[in-house]
Amino acid sequence: MSLIIAKNLSKTYHSGEIEVHALKSLSFEIKPGSFISFIGPSGSGKTTLLNLIGCLDKPTSGSLKVANVLTSDLTRREAAAFRGENLGFIFQDFNLIPVLTVFENVEYPLLIVQNVPARKRRERVISLLDKVGMKDQMNKFPDQISGGQKQRVAVARALVSNPRLVLADEPTANLDSKTAFMVIDIMKKMRDEFGVTFLFSTHDPKIVGEVETLFTLEDGMLSSRLDGEGGNND
Amino acid sequence: MIKLFKIAIRNLIRYKRRALLTSTMVAIGVLFVLVFIAASGSFKNLMIGEITDSMLGHIQVHKRGYMASIDSLPLTLNLNAKAIKKLEIAIKEIPEIEAYSPRIKFGGMFSNFVESSNIKVNGVYPEKEIASIPLFLSRISKGERVIKKGEILIPELLATGLKIKVRDAVVIIATNRDGSVNGKQFKVGGIIKSVTGPGGRDGYVHIEDAMEILRMDKLEISEVAVRVKDFSKLDSVKTSLNRMLSKNLNKQGKPVFDVRTWEKLSPFYNIARMIDVMTIFIKIMLIAIVLISITNVMIMAVYERIREIGTIAAIGTMPEKILSLFLIEGLSLGVTGVIVGNLLAFIVVFLMNIIEITFNFGRQTGFILAPELKAGDILFVSAVVIIVSVLAALQPAFKASKMEPVEALRHV
Repeated sequence: MSLIIAKNLSKTYHSGEIEVHALKSLSFEIKPGSFISFIGPSGSGKTTLLNLIGCLDKPTSGSLKVANVLTSDLTRREAAAFRGENLGFIFQDFNLIPVLTVFENVEYPLLIVQNVPARKRRERVISLLDKVGMKDQMNKFPDQISGGQKQRVAVARALVSNPRLVLADEPTANLDSKTAFMVIDIMKKMRDEFGVTFLFSTHDPKIVGEVETLFTLEDGMLSSRLDGEGGNND
Repeated sequence: MIKLFKIAIRNLIRYKRRALLTSTMVAIGVLFVLVFIAASGSFKNLMIGEITDSMLGHIQVHKRGYMASIDSLPLTLNLNAKAIKKLEIAIKEIPEIEAYSPRIKFGGMFSNFVESSNIKVNGVYPEKEIASIPLFLSRISKGERVIKKGEILIPELLATGLKIKVRDAVVIIATNRDGSVNGKQFKVGGIIKSVTGPGGRDGYVHIEDAMEILRMDKLEISEVAVRVKDFSKLDSVKTSLNRMLSKNLNKQGKPVFDVRTWEKLSPFYNIARMIDVMTIFIKIMLIAIVLISITNVMIMAVYERIREIGTIAAIGTMPEKILSLFLIEGLSLGVTGVIVGNLLAFIVVFLMNIIEITFNFGRQTGFILAPELKAGDILFVSAVVIIVSVLAALQPAFKASKMEPVEALRHV
């Protein structure tokens, strides 16, 4: 049973009178528990595809099923609820809420989105912060920690609501190599522990070697799919 | 909800200077409005008290048509003995009435045997007049503070103009309702200050002396001044009195009596209304200050946090929670301004009462302003400011809640 099923997925933007075909009839399936990366040059459609899978945008044509839900048909509110229940996000710029502490940033999805009781919230947040090595820093604000630490907090925040899929757009772009590998390592460990699917886009060839399935996008089309650790030819 | 408040407060603290400036503007607005309401209310109450307690009374009853011809003080429109009896019965049946004073008013010529001038004479029962108009005696600036038979209290204006002193002899000449001219000599018992300004020409004599000048066999009165026990119940007392007297009809089938409160008798009522209108305008200015300053600060807050809004929306925050977050920020700015403004208003009003600011009105001097903050005004102003604060944040908050996360996350 696939977690994501995309059929003839297309996305066209209108820039004035010019039509930009960001994605052209993509079809693919992704199994639960995968650790997948989309690579490709700038403008190849990686971010657009992640936005569609993340219910942040809608396809122009084609269908997209995520966790058995036809997400291309969801209303704005339904999409928000779906994201809150099933998806986690990791951003290139970390996007932590600056007025909240590390603990509160991770707690946010459980508190504001899922209304989890306080005790359970605390247990879950501390456990995750412990796993990403940020428990000691939990009372600090985002401007008091480093970029790598911020991204570890972002990983914890993405996982705290027990999502089925975590989407990460260039999660290591703003990190040095050592920290980037550390973050990828944490993400893989989390995948192994929680069985959650990680799907991310990257430019970084060193990180590509860490993924299990690698999709290459060119001009809005899937040009190749490589499976196996480091992306062996399918 | 508590967590949303916490986030909202922290977001405000993030931009300390801006939040401080906006709250200060709201606080100054609240302070200004409350102090103005307290001071103008005090001024208004002092003036109303001065006018009603020194001259008019709270309510006056006349024969219908008298007020239309009041400039000529027509004796033909006096209330006769039968009407007086009915009026007294009605007054005594209303427990909220504290006192009443019948008056005979007529115009006459006033002479010191060397010069003469015109005068408005009020014939009164001294005890009833003092009970109905408790500040009456305080208007007597020279002489004994009583009205004795054979004596007259003359207005300051005439005393000065005709160089008359207390105990001088004067004569009043008047025409009665039959057209005969009569005169009577009086001793000046005192000089009386005017309430309404330098134009006052009202003199006071005992009612029996007035009857003698006008050669009245039976008492006929021009007006009755009524004092109520509780000024806040003025309108209900007037309604009760009107209802009881409205049964008395004249030959044309119209009511005999004309009942009016001080508002319909004194031009100061228009000044009092002007104060009320000014208060309304000042409240509108406060609303504008709150609306503009909070809308401005919230628009900036939304614009600066577009990516943050995109992030929380992407995480799955529902649009109504994003709306609430920004509304709470507006609300918090308003509440802070209200609390600080109220505290400052208490301090300023307290200091004004200690300093005892005095002012003059007409020829009256030394009124002490005693501003008082009323719970109703505080609640009203606070509620308006808080509601307007939330309304001011509504448009920016709505904009934030309607943002597409994908667009917001793309924002640089």
